Amino acid sequence: MWQRIRTLIIKELLAIWRDPHSRLILIIPPTIQMLVFSFAATQEVKNVRMAVFNQDLGTAARDLVARFDGSPNFTYIEHLGSEQEIAAAIDSRNVIMVVHIQSAFSRKVAQGVPAPVQLILDGRRSNAAQIVAGYAGDIVNRYAMELLDPRHSAPLASVVVTRIWFNPNLEGTWNSVPALVAILTTLMGLVLTSLSVARERELGTFEQLLVSPLSPGEIILGKTLPSLLIGIGEATLMILVGVIAFRVPLHGSLLLLYAAMVVYLFAVIGVGLFVSSLAKTQQQAILGGFVFMVPAMLLSGFASPIENMPDWLQWATLANPIRYFIVIVKGIFLKDLPASIVFQNIWPMAVIGCVTLSCATWLFKHRVE
Amino acid sequence: MTNNSRGARAWLRRVAGLVRKEFLQIRRDPSSYLIAGLLPLLLLFIFGFGVTLDLRRVPIGFVIEQSTPEANSLLDSFRNSKYFKVQIDRNRQQPEEDLVAGKLKGVVVLAADFSERLGRGETAPVQILVDGSDPNTAGLVMNYAQGVWSNWLEQEALSQADLAAGRNLAPPVYVEQRFWFNPDIRSQNFLIPGSIAIIMSLIGTLLTALVVAREWERGTIEALMTTPVGVSEFLLGKLIPYFLMGMFAMCIAASTAVFMFDVPFRGSIPALLIVSSAFLYAMLPLGLVISTLTKNQFAASQTALIAAFLPAFELSGFIFEIDTMPLAIRLITYLLPARYFVAILQTLFLAGDVLSVLVPGTLALLAFGTALLAVLVRNTRMRLE
Repeated sequence: MWQRIRTLIIKELLAIWRDPHSRLILIIPPTIQMLVFSFAATQEVKNVRMAVFNQDLGTAARDLVARFDGSPNFTYIEHLGSEQEIAAAIDSRNVIMVVHIQSAFSRKVAQGVPAPVQLILDGRRSNAAQIVAGYAGDIVNRYAMELLDPRHSAPLASVVVTRIWFNPNLEGTWNSVPALVAILTTLMGLVLTSLSVARERELGTFEQLLVSPLSPGEIILGKTLPSLLIGIGEATLMILVGVIAFRVPLHGSLLLLYAAMVVYLFAVIGVGLFVSSLAKTQQQAILGGFVFMVPAMLLSGFASPIENMPDWLQWATLANPIRYFIVIVKGIFLKDLPASIVFQNIWPMAVIGCVTLSCATWLFKHRVE
Repeated sequence: MTNNSRGARAWLRRVAGLVRKEFLQIRRDPSSYLIAGLLPLLLLFIFGFGVTLDLRRVPIGFVIEQSTPEANSLLDSFRNSKYFKVQIDRNRQQPEEDLVAGKLKGVVVLAADFSERLGRGETAPVQILVDGSDPNTAGLVMNYAQGVWSNWLEQEALSQADLAAGRNLAPPVYVEQRFWFNPDIRSQNFLIPGSIAIIMSLIGTLLTALVVAREWERGTIEALMTTPVGVSEFLLGKLIPYFLMGMFAMCIAASTAVFMFDVPFRGSIPALLIVSSAFLYAMLPLGLVISTLTKNQFAASQTALIAAFLPAFELSGFIFEIDTMPLAIRLITYLLPARYFVAILQTLFLAGDVLSVLVPGTLALLAFGTALLAVLVRNTRMRLE
């Protein structure tokens, strides 16, 4: 029996490699993702353009503007000359923020009256704008602290001390690369499996497989294992690139990561087999895969956090295997996730895998006979 | 002269005939309905409900090592905030474990000597730990927690009046924020118009990518070659029906955004129609180019996904800031119609008809479409090779 399955696996791997479409899937998405996506898919905010409109000639205002000019967070600062230019700069999306210092600023500071600094932000990009406002707030607060001369006034009543765990510089790639490992693994497991059955059916070679001494169970195993091997292979490549090229720290245990990956791939391959036993052609298979992949990806916590979604949708994401796998991959990379928490996330994937694989096997036998 | 006008009339009749044929085919083939009618709705629902960056009651831990009136009043401020769901603990161990497990997104720690230091007139630190593995949420949690803390500080100053003790509670310089166009800072207001651009990229390309490939697969293109139909009639016959289908999908998407998801629409409808037409003028030929090159439905649909959907999602500035990307990738984004359409739609929905955004964007889309049409005319040959 193992001999037969081994032959089938070798045949599958060869078929995938020789078919130009499958080869395309094997090579193009991972390359694009690695080169483009890992840089692009971050909600980090760097190099944004901002403007300063200073109506005050006093030293305090000049000091504050100098701090904005010197900040590494703002590489491009435009200086506006009139109030009308504020609207033009924001409306045209030229700048994301205008810092407006009114003419009474320096006088108020000198008199010890709290002096406002107005930030005008582009609400069309309100997420990035909030982060930029945070940077500006830091600069203004630090300036305020320095204005408080320690000899003349008592210390501030309270301060906030922030510690960022796991990713102290909030590097975007530390978030996107682990997520990418999960997404690529999904893509490989899902698309390769769903295509392999659909292709055999379209070419008519599926009947030949059926009259061979292989049992349906063996055929399914022979279709599953190659996708599993390729999925693990591509994920390994991505992990290596992440660690070597992007210098993402890998704190946790690789053994746990691979154990989780195998369970996860079985769950995804189950979905792929399910889709392909329903599809009659390769085109239907790829559209079916897409219909599963897009919602599953968007609702996995990768594009935006699951906690932000409405409650009913959060419940629905419990059935989404990517959700658990992203927690595991990110956790093992950045947090050295303890085994107990990894297992808390593995068992739902195992349940999903059992359901999808047994549904697929049932459907498979059903459609064959 | 008469000969010429007769020729023009015949040409027009051929185009009309092809358009009618295409419409009949659309009506009889459910897959076009699905792509133009159901797919935009489905995707818009997923994007609309699923993708939001607004923190909505983020779970955080709150550690009070020693219960005092000051510590409890800060705790109340956090509990009353609409951004946080607070879990209270006596020591740091449990919440720190939950932070590792991802159950909490941040922990606020008040050390045992917090009130004592406040009472003695020393600086009493409030420690905030955040989970940096999700940088965006971490940044927002820090900002909001700081906001709650500074409001609390102001209130304490007002209620206790211990300013007399000579302590400085109000900072000498402070920040006032104004978010134009989106004062409630609702992320869906800009994410939904952006996602319409992405959905339309997919639909615009997919609609035409499949049709020419289908003609090649079924061999009906050879039947067309025996007729007097030329390249221009053939292309117009394909573009006109799918342009109308695309505009239909656009209307569905825009009205869903306004009526279902309460996104304001501050621009004008003619402007929306013009820029959507320009966008479809750029995307429909892309689909035709793909299907002319691949001549196969499977490869065409797959290329459409890779060439239209993924770049539109990742590089259009819809959720990931373009300015943050490295220069090489920033240059690529200029070649994406979706980049211009995202900026235009966000502006039309939230700001209004801002010509400094609309005009350059529309011109870029028209240039893109014209270049693709030129490629198409060169590559479409109405004969077998």
